[in-house]
Formats: sequence, C-alpha cells, structure tokens
Amino acid sequence: MALSAVKKSVRLPDLSNVPSVDEVGVDERVARFQSRSIKKSSKVEALKLILSMIDLTTLEGQDTPGKVRQLCQKAIHLHDAMPGLPHVAAVCVYPTMVSVARKALAGHDINIASVATAFPSGMSTLQVKLDDTRMAVKAGATEIDMVISRGRFLAGDYRYVFDEIVAVKEACGDAHLKVILETGELGTLDQVRRASVLAMHAGADFIKTSTGKIQPAATMQVTLTMLQAIRDFYRDTGKMIGMKPAGGISTSKLAIHYLVMLHETLGNAWMTPEWFRFGASSLANDVLMQLMKQSTGVYQSADYFSKD
Amino acid sequence: MATAENKLAFDGGWGYDPAPESTDHIEIKSRYGLFINGEFVKPEMGKYFDTVNPATEERLSRIADASQADVDKAVAAARAAYRGPWGRMKPAERGKYIYRISRIIQERAREFSVIESLDGGKPIRESRDIDVPLAAAHFFYYAGWADKLDYAFPGRRAKSLGVAGQIIPWNFPLLMASWKIAPALACGNTVVLKPAETTPLTALKLAEVIADAGLPPGVVNIVTGAGATGAAIVEHPGVDKVAFTGSTNVGRMIQKKLAGTNKKYTLELGGKAANIIFADAAIDQAVEGIVNGIFFNQGHVCCAGSRLFVQESVADEVIAKLKDRMETLIVGDPMDKNTDIGAINSSMQLEKIRSYLKIGKSEGGEMHQSSCSLPKKGYWCRPTIFTGVSQSSRVVQEEIFGPVLAIQTFRRYDEALVKANNTPYGLSGGIWTDKGSKIFKMTQDLRAGVVWANTFNKFDPTSPFGGYKESGVGREGGLHGLDAYVKLGA
Repeated sequence: MALSAVKKSVRLPDLSNVPSVDEVGVDERVARFQSRSIKKSSKVEALKLILSMIDLTTLEGQDTPGKVRQLCQKAIHLHDAMPGLPHVAAVCVYPTMVSVARKALAGHDINIASVATAFPSGMSTLQVKLDDTRMAVKAGATEIDMVISRGRFLAGDYRYVFDEIVAVKEACGDAHLKVILETGELGTLDQVRRASVLAMHAGADFIKTSTGKIQPAATMQVTLTMLQAIRDFYRDTGKMIGMKPAGGISTSKLAIHYLVMLHETLGNAWMTPEWFRFGASSLANDVLMQLMKQSTGVYQSADYFSKD
Repeated sequence: MATAENKLAFDGGWGYDPAPESTDHIEIKSRYGLFINGEFVKPEMGKYFDTVNPATEERLSRIADASQADVDKAVAAARAAYRGPWGRMKPAERGKYIYRISRIIQERAREFSVIESLDGGKPIRESRDIDVPLAAAHFFYYAGWADKLDYAFPGRRAKSLGVAGQIIPWNFPLLMASWKIAPALACGNTVVLKPAETTPLTALKLAEVIADAGLPPGVVNIVTGAGATGAAIVEHPGVDKVAFTGSTNVGRMIQKKLAGTNKKYTLELGGKAANIIFADAAIDQAVEGIVNGIFFNQGHVCCAGSRLFVQESVADEVIAKLKDRMETLIVGDPMDKNTDIGAINSSMQLEKIRSYLKIGKSEGGEMHQSSCSLPKKGYWCRPTIFTGVSQSSRVVQEEIFGPVLAIQTFRRYDEALVKANNTPYGLSGGIWTDKGSKIFKMTQDLRAGVVWANTFNKFDPTSPFGGYKESGVGREGGLHGLDAYVKLGA
C-alpha cells in the first residue's frame, strides 16, 4: 500500500498540543499506588485477574517449535493442581513460530500474538515490515505487536511514524494491533506521552511500553503516563485503547501495583484482559505461588510449578 | 471535549479489602496527669476532660485540666531547670539529649503514628509517612545546631531566652510539638508546652520519651487543658518567650496580651493559600497537586491550597480531572492503610465546615462532592469543591480548615496575581507551570511566606516556615527558627 493512500479519517494530530509531563510528580503518584495495601479476597481476585491478563511470551533467537508448544501447554494448563484458574490472554511469539502456536492452541480461547515489523529494532524498510506483518497474520496471529521507528520519532519525523502505523494497521486486517513505543529509547515521559498520542490517533488498538530487549523496559512511571494518555483520548473521542506494559514485571507484588494504578486511573472498564495485558514470561509462576500461598497458608517450592 | 458518555467509572468492580493497622501494641492509660518537673502529677484542682477518637466518638483517655496553680508549678520547674542543670550544661551535651529524643521517636515510630491517628483522625498513611518521620527529623536537625550557634549568627553571641511557653494546635500534634521543642532546647531554653485539648496524647507520649531520654527534670513540661490553660501560660510573668500556632483570632488576643511586655513571641496563624495552575502546566501532575494541597490531612492544614486559580483555557479539563480523581479518594477509617482522607478532628470543627458548605451554596456557589459513602459513627466530610465563586464569597475569603476547595478561573498573569494576593492571609502559595521564568516571577510577586512550584505541602526541617500579614509573625524551621529562641549580643 502506498503511503499516500492513507485514509482521510485518520489524521496526524498536532503533537505540540500534547500536555507536558512532570517526572517528579509522576514519581510521587506512583509511590502512592505502591503504598496501597492489597489483602485477603481483593488480593486473590487481583492475582487471578493478573493471570488472565498475561501475554505469555518467548522471544528468543534460540526458540524452537518444542519450546513454543510447551509454552502453549502452559498457557492452557497454568497449574492444574489448583482448580478454577483462568487461562492466560495470549501467547506471544515470533512470526515463524505462529503456525506452531496455532496448532498447539487449536480449540482454545487463547490469542496468538506475534511480534512483527522487524522486531525488536524496527530497522528495516516499510515493505519488509508490512510483509512481516502479513506473514504473521496469514500464519494465524490474532494480535500483532509492532515496533515504531524510534529513530524517525526522535528525529521529529512524526509523519513517517504515523503513516507507518497506519499502514501496518491496514496490513493487520482483523488482527488487533499493539504498538510498541520502546519507551526505554524515548528518553523522557514527554516523549512517551507524545508517542502514545501519535499511536492512538494512527489506529493502535493497544499501546505497549517495550520489546523487553532494551533496559529500562516497563516502569510504573511510563505506564502511568500512557494510561493518562489513553484516558484523555477516551474523553476526547469515546474510543477505548488497551494498555500493555511489558518487560521487567516478574513479581505478583509489582503486578498488583500496576492493577491499582490501572484501577485508579482508568477505572473498572479497563480491568479486563480485553483492555489490559502484562507482557511477561516469569510473572505467571510467581502469581501461581502467591495464589497457592493464599489457599494453603504456606509457600511451596518453585519446583512445584512448571517452567517452560 | 469530554462528554457525559465518556465518563470513567471507579465504583463497583474490584475494590480493596480493609487493611487496618494493628492497635494491639499500643498502651494508652485511662487517665493522664500533667508532666511537670520530670514526672506525671495530678492536677491541683483534680479536674479532667475526655479525649475522643473522632472516627468512633469513643473516649480514649481522661486528660488533666491544668489550672493556674499547675501552670505556676510548671513554669517554676522550667525556671529551676534553666537556672540549674540545663542552663549550665555544655551545648554539645544538650545536643546529645536532643539526638536521643529523635532516636527514641524513630524507635517508637509505629506507636506514635497509631496514637496520632487514633486521637486526631488523620490517616495512618500520613502519620506513618509524614508526621512522625518529620517530627524525628526536626529533633535531629536542631540537635546539630546546639553546639554551633556561634556559626548560625556569625559575629554575634547567641544567648538563650529562658522559659519558653508554647501552645500548639490539633492538626499536627506531634509534629508541632517537635517544631517548637527542638529549637527551644537547642538554644538552651526550657519549655512549658500545651497541646490542643482534642489531641493531647502524642504530646504526653513525647513526655514519656523525654523522661526516657534522661533529660533533667523541668527542662520540658507538658501541661494539658483548654484555652484558659493557654492563657495562663501566655500571661505568666515567668515566661520569657511565647510560641503559638493556631487560629488568627487567638493569635490576635495573644499579641494584645503581650503588647508592652518584654516577652519575645512567634505566631503561626491561619491561611488561605492560592494554588495557581497555568495552562502550560503538566496538567495531570497539577491535579495531583490540587488534591494534595487541599485534601491532605482532611484540609486541616494552615498552609492548605484552599483557593484554586485555574487558567481559563484549561479550567474545564482540570475540573473534570479533579472530579475523577476525587472519586478515587478513599474516605473512612483512619487506621486503614488505604485511607486517603480520615475523620474530621472534632464535632466542633465538623460543624464549622458544614456551616461553610451552607454559606458557599447560599452565596450561589456550585458545590460538588465525591460520591463516597461515609461511616455511620464519627465525624466525616466528603472531599468538596466549589465552582462559580468569586473574591467576594466567604468560602473564598475565610479559612475553612476542612476538605473544601474554592475554584476560580483567570485569564492573565496579573489577574491571578492580584486575586491571589487579595487576602488578609499570606502563609503559602503554589504555582504550576512548565516555564521556569514564570515560576521565579510569580514567587517574587506573591506575598506569602512559602511558595511551592510544581508541588505543594512539602516540609523539611531545614526550610523556614511562616506567614505574611495575618498569617503570623516570625519564622519556624531552618536557621530562621533558631532566631526565635535566642537574644543576640555583641
């Protein structure tokens, strides 16, 4: 698709109007979320919700079909020793592994997310990125996690980044599009806010913090800034956008802090896997351990939980 | 623009279970005497009054009501300690005692915060994270000055004053006690302190700490009672210095009584701070600053940001976001770790706040409160904002001392400045903008003792605090705070 064929209804917003973000103030607000004390049934409810929001992820050069199949098995059977658990929201893999995941998850209501667009750096031509996307969708991906061209964004070439997202969205067809801002490379929260606004206007269904390949990955500060951008976009357009922090969220405690933040920033409507995801690989087992602790009163050894 | 359909929903759904701080480890005696000359003694007249938990309306303890005779005893004990061990002690030794007080406060921090919240109604999160650590920090800070006064006033000789009579309010009981006691002791004075009648418990616990720290008897005396006890301290001929924090009315009475006497005094009085939001501010963080400015400690804060000025072009957005944020504030049990807004300090204060809500509505203001439910027993007030009010409204002019915010809009810098300064008070102010130059200009132009930029209600022992105009006389905290407790010679 030629870039000039961008739909008229989708317009690059004036990013000079995007409100500024005070990092000191954001730190203070985050500290307040972290001081919330979540106990008893509200904790159990939160832990189960977290499980259902996980995009179980493996994105390594050494991934094998076997490993992906194991991951899918885990996605379906989180911990059968404990009945009544939800399954995760999605499995997230590279495009070449989508067909493997699709077979392994056949008959289950679990999404197949694929990274695309020359993940993780995004250093390629638009044509390659679109082909990458179409290949993943064709192989059965129901969700596409794309990366933005950070170099172009940082250079101020917002038009390029915007058009690229619009084009990838078009290539996604029915698949949901998550736009990875790679906030660890954007430098400031002002830039994060600007990139969020740009991505939402370009047609992102979700905005996502990180690839997990760059440090820092997701932080609560960055996620709060993106949630506030989502809230303002909703106020202005009535359109809900999903949020996915990814990378570095490996403990239940931290994940609960994220839920508190979501709850107090966007409210109930976003408290479902449809609108919020955790991109994580090791979080699930920590949540399972905490859930077992809540029901039995004691911590079990990590050896009782499958590692895939 | 925001529309009604695009509203966020915060009620229902996932919520937080109660997370109450345990009170098992707390010991509150059924009755407290007066702390005079190093020990608790019965009041001469044998009278006691109740101190109640404002969240439950239950009595916590019976507190001695000090009469003139008790104040005489306390002042005499303070005088003897001043002439005796404390006055003769080497400054470095005095410093050691003050350090010891701060360390014991830190060790017993949990006990102090629980009692502060039980007696005063403030959320445990605030007493735990703000009041008690700051109280310890004040003692630490002034302990360091004890043997360095010559450096605080280069070329001058700083001499102690004698006996300091100190009267403190109910909004930050322990913190105000340490604001007053720490610099007084560091400068070599002795103290007679009266806590507020609704919140005497942490001051009496502090008396225990002072005894445990081994201070010589009479250096710090704590007498409890109401206005009459305070008046007896102010008028006592044996008192060399009066330090008062409280209402402007009482401050005025004290100033009249002290006129023509040799007593030195500092007064920390009311406020009606302007919190000014410019269109170029980081709006989401400014909204947090509004919340912190007016809802911190139920708005029982003399420097609360109780008048909000928002630049016209962002007013709708700011008010809409503020209303959303108010819905997420948790009002209720002060002992719950998740509570944001606790109980109003007393039934009297609640009545006063309610009367202002009526006044605000009758003046034509539009009142909005959060939709939270309130406990059945106890004294409570929902977070409240008034829009459509003006400089001539009483809710804009007068100090309400509750979680009630009066909002006005402005177009130009000058308009905001004139309105902000158009008040008999001048304790604090806030400015929110992304432009550094505007911050410096506004802080120069505002007639207020403390001006915060892109933040609000931040306190530190090294920073002086005090008001212009009817907000008070003198400064507390920092180097300036020493000045109030010394006379300077050549």
